[in-house]
Amino acid sequence: MATIAARITMPETAKKGEIIEIRLLVRHPMERGIDAQGAVSVRRQILHTFRVRYAGEEVFHMDLSTGIAANPYIAFTTTAVETGEITFEWVEDGGAVYQRSAMLTVT
Amino acid sequence: MRRIAALLLVCAAGAAEASDIRASREFLSFDLRAQQDDPSRHPGWLWVEQGETMWSRAPASGKPSCQGCHGDIATMRGVSARYPQVTPTGEVINLEGRIERCRADNQQAPAFGYESEWLLSLTAAVAARSRGLPVSVATDGPAAAAVLAEGRRLYTTRQGQLNLSCAQCHDENAGLRLRGDVISNGLGTGYPAYRLEWNGMGSLHRRLRACSLGVRATQFSYGSPEYLALELFLADRARGLPVETPGLRR
Repeated sequence: MATIAARITMPETAKKGEIIEIRLLVRHPMERGIDAQGAVSVRRQILHTFRVRYAGEEVFHMDLSTGIAANPYIAFTTTAVETGEITFEWVEDGGAVYQRSAMLTVT
Repeated sequence: MRRIAALLLVCAAGAAEASDIRASREFLSFDLRAQQDDPSRHPGWLWVEQGETMWSRAPASGKPSCQGCHGDIATMRGVSARYPQVTPTGEVINLEGRIERCRADNQQAPAFGYESEWLLSLTAAVAARSRGLPVSVATDGPAAAAVLAEGRRLYTTRQGQLNLSCAQCHDENAGLRLRGDVISNGLGTGYPAYRLEWNGMGSLHRRLRACSLGVRATQFSYGSPEYLALELFLADRARGLPVETPGLRR
């Protein structure tokens, strides 16, 4: 699975049961397949799915559309349940999957 | 009648004075300004981060990386506030030009090219180290004075099919709206900046080209003497105001 340039902003530690906010910026052109200026057709290539796994289950899922600007920003909250890795996955048109992860320590 | 006269007086007082020039951030909407101040929501930092990675990466030529000579990128604090610079022979070097020259002379590596992804990232990373510091370009000496005068001439000369000078928008009508946005004082302090219209990072010269196109005037090329002179004049206008790189603009 390929990596992708992204900025992940979230606390490194949290108390058990605490609600934490996670913010992500990812580098992607989100090519929507329309090139009005040159009237040349280009293939649509966006990140169409974003999913987050933590503590053995999917805690967040989002479908992205062509109406979302390049370098999409996503913020969501989840509950800190156990110390572990949170993995972020973006699925691109064509099937490529990009992954990043971050560690959360729960006290 | 007296009230109208008083109103006219107020309007007249609104025209350009050096002391009236406000930082670009003050012309942003509340939301955009908040986003510019928050690296967790500002996509421009993706470029800054990339530039910081490049800082410590050695070029293929086997010569040292930027870090090999300059040390940590933190040593670049305050540098971009002093650019562009004018040599005694009258040559203007902006931060992009400085980086390209260092790369050619000391790293013996091929130029990145103006407006390339790499040059934008490295420039943004270096300039971001001066974020919040006041612009303080040197304009003393006859060589710099001549360039500054040329920049002022470009700024105040009507140009293009619309026959507008920079000053007519950015001095006389600053704070008013144009095409859904607020006209700023036209400073370059936020560049390289992330512009929503571009969906990415761009240099000041790219922004100036967009302005030239807007008044249907000749677009000068990236790094041209005309835009370099204008860049020096804009930096002189911004003296004392904070560097905002990476800026966030519509």
